[in-house]
Amino acid sequence: MMIWVILKVAIRSLWANRLRSVLAMLGIIIGVAAVIFVLALVAGAKRQVMARITALGTNLLVISPGQRGTGGVMSGTQQNLTLDDAMALLQGIPTIRDLTPVVRGSVQVKHLNRNTRSNVLGTAVTYLPIRDYEVEFGRAFSEAETDAAARVAVLGPTTADNLFGGEDRIGKIIKIKGISFRVVGILKAKGDQGFFNPDDQILVPYSTAMRQVLGLDYIQEIDVRAREGEDLSAIQAQATKILRHRHRLLESEANDFFVRNQAEMLRTAGDISQVLALLAGGVAGISLLVGGIGIMNIMLVTVTERTREIGVRKAIGARERDILRQFLIEAVVMSGSGGAIGVAFGVALATILASVTTFQPYVRPESVALALGFAAAVGVFFGYYPARRAAKLDPIEALRYE
Amino acid sequence: MIDAIGLIKKYELGGQTVRALDGVNLRIAAGEMVAIRGPSGSGKSTLMNILGCLDRCDAGTYRLGGEDVSRMNKDALARVRNRRIGFVFQNFNLLPRMTALENVELPLLYSGGRATKQQAVTALESVGLADRMHHQPNQLSGGQRQRVAIARAVVTDPAIVLADEPTGALDSHTGEEILALFKGLNAQGRTIIVVTHDAAVAGHCAREIYMMDGKVRT
Repeated sequence: MMIWVILKVAIRSLWANRLRSVLAMLGIIIGVAAVIFVLALVAGAKRQVMARITALGTNLLVISPGQRGTGGVMSGTQQNLTLDDAMALLQGIPTIRDLTPVVRGSVQVKHLNRNTRSNVLGTAVTYLPIRDYEVEFGRAFSEAETDAAARVAVLGPTTADNLFGGEDRIGKIIKIKGISFRVVGILKAKGDQGFFNPDDQILVPYSTAMRQVLGLDYIQEIDVRAREGEDLSAIQAQATKILRHRHRLLESEANDFFVRNQAEMLRTAGDISQVLALLAGGVAGISLLVGGIGIMNIMLVTVTERTREIGVRKAIGARERDILRQFLIEAVVMSGSGGAIGVAFGVALATILASVTTFQPYVRPESVALALGFAAAVGVFFGYYPARRAAKLDPIEALRYE
Repeated sequence: MIDAIGLIKKYELGGQTVRALDGVNLRIAAGEMVAIRGPSGSGKSTLMNILGCLDRCDAGTYRLGGEDVSRMNKDALARVRNRRIGFVFQNFNLLPRMTALENVELPLLYSGGRATKQQAVTALESVGLADRMHHQPNQLSGGQRQRVAIARAVVTDPAIVLADEPTGALDSHTGEEILALFKGLNAQGRTIIVVTHDAAVAGHCAREIYMMDGKVRT
């Protein structure tokens, strides 16, 4: 019998018992809606985290001093990372394209009567390409200015707005901790990243920052960029070796610094979202199972109710497999439309959440396909027993059934 | 057309073996109109089920159109029922929620080939229901329903039509009309077998086979 005829019969029989069909589908609907919604949350969170990590720069290794065991934010960090360490890495590892030392501090900045609090970042010129910044107006400070510890600054656009409002900025003098700096450039906006604003900072040569502004003889971070196509983890291993040697660490001692690999951070974020997705999948699986039992229950009732019809169909020439197929398709139509309704609910929930909050859940096409496929599979699995029972009915008994 | 020798069918009933058919010998030629009559419990329904290939006998041989069907498997029997036998039941047994036309199309859908709506339309026209094709069974009278059932029985052009008390649920006037329809089918050369307990109905048939205690009485 042609598939569309069976489909028509199946849909008509489900429609004739609408309320019952919907109630039977409820488990599947809720299960699928839940899985779609939760997977959309996980995928949305993952996208957001990935975007943030990628915005930090590409091909990036970040080396930072180790923790000092206990203590607060600043006092807990070791002060053992030096400019010489950075030089040793640059000279010792040929696959490093460039690197920059980083020192940072929160400072008071003034221009005439305007006053704002911002972060000053002492870096080399290479910081800009490494961290994927662009200068929109003016220029970056030069290597000569770095060597000379010149008092020049490149402002983030937010900081510039805070200090100058609408007026001309390049060439103006600002005071950082009372020391005069000349503004040579303004960065192009990157957009707020949530946990920190890359547009609200002041870039100055690290030499100037260390000696004149922050008074540090150590550095707080080394950002390393690999050459195109080079293996980050190989550089990571080499850097670790060099730093351990320079810090005179014994074989038995742990690293007194961290080397973080951006690929690693991405992987960690991916792993976490995978665990969450699995968890959601498990919960949804249970509710699909419950939904499947509901469908089996209704199909058993349906088969009993339609015993006579089965007898008639057999009398006029239906084979066992024809009857089996008919009831199996009916169960799949029921679980499949339950799945479709569930997807619609899940997508609606995600859309509502996206419109009332800033969080953007993301419904992946794969998760829709997965949920629908799963719902259909539930129909086949739980529809098989009732359908087989229908197929095995004795035609004479079935025709006699009242 | 039908050639049955020594048909035996046994049932277990409360630990006792009952012989519903106890050595039935039967021969029906092509184009005959035959009544199988007998009181309830005489085995006429069991005989009809076996002749209609709904059931198999425990012993004996049943040849249908020269072919031994008594040892066929279930799928082969379904095929025989579909192609060579048309059933008409006392209570019509039309499927609800389907129009008259769809009910008549049903056997064509199971015959594997392309279902031609035209065949079903022709069958309905031949029983005088051309104007009721799109009605559902519950919108039709008893006589009309039985006509639809007859159209369904003949739509695959079977050699034999088996009718089980076809007038049992109808008033006598409508019953006469239905019997006239069977006579018309018979006149076209179709073999008709009517199972009934009613002598008046059996009287419409050219020959009567009387069943008693699982045996044919002549």
